Amino acid sequence: MIPELGQGMLLVALGLALAGAILSAAGGRTGRPALVESAQHAALGVFALITCSFALLVYAFLTFDFSVRYVAHNTNLGTPFWYRITGVWGALEGSIILWGWMLSLYTLIVILRHRERARELYPWALTVMLAIMAFFITIMTVAAPPFSRLNPVPANGRGLNPLLEDTGMITHPIALYLGFTGFTVPFAFAVAALVTGRLSDTWIALTRRWTITAWYFLSLGLLIGGWWSYHVLGWGGYWAWDPVENAAFMPWLTGTAFLHSVMIQERRRMLKLWNISLVILTFSLTLFGTFLTRSGVIASVHAFTQGSIGIMFLSFLALVVLVALGLLAWRWDALKGQGELDSVVSRESAFLLNNVMLVAAAFTVFFGTVFPLLSEAVRGVKVSVGAPFFNSVNIPLFLGLIFLMGVGPLIAWRRASLDNLRRNFVGPIVVGVVGAAVFYALGVRSALAVLSLALTVFVAATIGLDFWRATRARLRMGESILPAMTGLLARHNRRYGGFVVHLGILVIAVGVTGSQAWSVQTETTLKVGESASLGGYNVRFDRLDAAEESNHARVVGTFTVANGRQPAVMQPSKKYYPQESSPIAGVDYWIGLKEDLYLVLGDFTRDGRQATVKIQVNRLVTVIWIGGLILTLGTVLSVMPERRKAA
Amino acid sequence: MSRALRWLIPLAAIPVLALLAYGFRLNPREVPSPLVGRPAPAFALKTFAGQPVSLESLRGKVVVLNFWASWCYPSCYEEAPVLERGWQAWRDRSVVVLGVDIQDTDDKALKFVRDFQLSFPNAPDPSGKVSIDYGIYGVPETFFIDTQGRIRAKHVGALSEEVFRQHVERLSSESQGAAQR
Repeated sequence: MIPELGQGMLLVALGLALAGAILSAAGGRTGRPALVESAQHAALGVFALITCSFALLVYAFLTFDFSVRYVAHNTNLGTPFWYRITGVWGALEGSIILWGWMLSLYTLIVILRHRERARELYPWALTVMLAIMAFFITIMTVAAPPFSRLNPVPANGRGLNPLLEDTGMITHPIALYLGFTGFTVPFAFAVAALVTGRLSDTWIALTRRWTITAWYFLSLGLLIGGWWSYHVLGWGGYWAWDPVENAAFMPWLTGTAFLHSVMIQERRRMLKLWNISLVILTFSLTLFGTFLTRSGVIASVHAFTQGSIGIMFLSFLALVVLVALGLLAWRWDALKGQGELDSVVSRESAFLLNNVMLVAAAFTVFFGTVFPLLSEAVRGVKVSVGAPFFNSVNIPLFLGLIFLMGVGPLIAWRRASLDNLRRNFVGPIVVGVVGAAVFYALGVRSALAVLSLALTVFVAATIGLDFWRATRARLRMGESILPAMTGLLARHNRRYGGFVVHLGILVIAVGVTGSQAWSVQTETTLKVGESASLGGYNVRFDRLDAAEESNHARVVGTFTVANGRQPAVMQPSKKYYPQESSPIAGVDYWIGLKEDLYLVLGDFTRDGRQATVKIQVNRLVTVIWIGGLILTLGTVLSVMPERRKAA
Repeated sequence: MSRALRWLIPLAAIPVLALLAYGFRLNPREVPSPLVGRPAPAFALKTFAGQPVSLESLRGKVVVLNFWASWCYPSCYEEAPVLERGWQAWRDRSVVVLGVDIQDTDDKALKFVRDFQLSFPNAPDPSGKVSIDYGIYGVPETFFIDTQGRIRAKHVGALSEEVFRQHVERLSSESQGAAQR
């Protein structure tokens, strides 16, 4: 009964979303507030219904209702309590419903925040959001119904994909989907601006916080995904240029470009066309990402699902792209720029270059991801594009972007004078060069690593310089140092929030550089009592034990690890799940600021006398996660309400 | 931009969309190979048993060249018995099954050979040269080479009895026909 109730709710929600979209559009056209109000009620109803049906699905998971196919496929009697809840979004049907729920939540917040202001744009934005909502509910009711029944009812379920039994997998999809769905809001307002012809800065001002929020969640989703990959998959890396990762990375790149280019429009009234195009591109890429991961068109090491859903996504993607670009073409004359670039040496051009590089990076990632498809279509040859391509194309772009991160915020608008350049950049360049020399003296020999680290030092110096100057100005006004600094952060939170985000990115760049340059690993087979050593660690194989858990069996290796100090025990394992054909690694690791020790148990003999172990010393990986925290702080700072006016 | 031209903007998206739609038509199992119909690249390997084996030495026989790895679960595990049975049934009729183990460690590979009691020759490809020459995309992949040393068919994924018999019968009857003429 309960599953039917859930399915029924989704059907009603579909009707409401469609009706709401039409009502809101009619309201936008005729200017009658009553129509828009009805649409708001419909949106409210959609939110309530999806919330309830999501809750019913959770309930079905908690009560082991194996008569529901989705529950039977993704849980079994041994699945622990928390993973029964997170298992809800462990596969296709549930992730779509989670996605839909988030979208309805965003719609609700848009209504609460914007219904009073932005009278012209708002009804159309609501139309777009409800129409997209209707598409996702259609998927839920037609292509991936979460509540469809299984007959006969099995006594036990198949169980969750064991790789997803991890805390990272609780949060990763939530963050990622909040990012993906979040870009719906700027897109909706951009379309509203195109429809109404109100192409000034209103839509940009309205959506600034939305864009930052979506961008932040996308960043967080990528980082948590990296963390999951690092400590669950057992290959010791956090990024593999896998199509699924690329799918999330492309909108991140274009979204980052958008975040920066809107500042030019705000300040100089330039780039209207470009901004609209970027937001269309970003939103289309979020749809494309979902299409990629859910259709099985492009093979991936972790493409989770395949099915007819791909056709629906592709059709919708086509609809979105064609309608949005059609509107763009229709408003072409109004979008043509007013401002012109005064000089190549200016903040505008630094931002423009940043945009070109980000979009180029997004394009190469796109190209590398779909190239196998293209090659097969054109030449009938299957190829795979691997990390070497992505790295060799993107590393120079990323280094250039880091450099611009130092230049952009300090260089003057319009035309930078020689004096401006001297004042802002001579110091940081000197610091960067000194940094390079210091790293070289410390034994860093890889040219790429030296360059990358020197660039981060340069950028950090520009940020430090700017902050110091602003603080000094306040000190001269008679403030003492601490209030001067916190006052700056609070009053100019947008600027300094941005700087803090930049610092977070720099820290991540240091972590990536370090882990690529200095990590070491070895794989060796040890008899009981034998040891291996790597990077100052001595690893001794003590014994092998078998253990039984609620939903899997485990073989645990015990190793004594010493690095000059107190020896300690590490226990990497192999987990055998009945529903999986191959065992899953249980990585054991020591996480440290400078380096992580990472043990993966490989093959072993039946008598337990001998085992293969992979030992990795991964350097500076923790720094990446710290960068994520700094990024969070910066984002929070920059979306806080501005208090500059009070100053 | 003139009125008509600007409508080309949305049209620009169509090739990309068409390419993606094309993706649905594909069967990921089928990997067309430019090598089919061409002479098979020569190789000289040493089997796990220590015997040298080269394509040259197999001239005049139908060769079933199978690329596998012990980590390739489940496909390689599914087809291993098929290959062994095929080898047993056809070895007296000038058909050779040869396994090439790629990107693997010897101990795991030997365990695989032992577990399936494979009696046909199996050789590691430690430098990866042979798999590169044959353009191996993934494991398992199987090439059917005729008595003239030409690649006549390629199969991707686990081999079934049906596919094995079909190709081997064809190539082997051809060679008999040639011998009679």
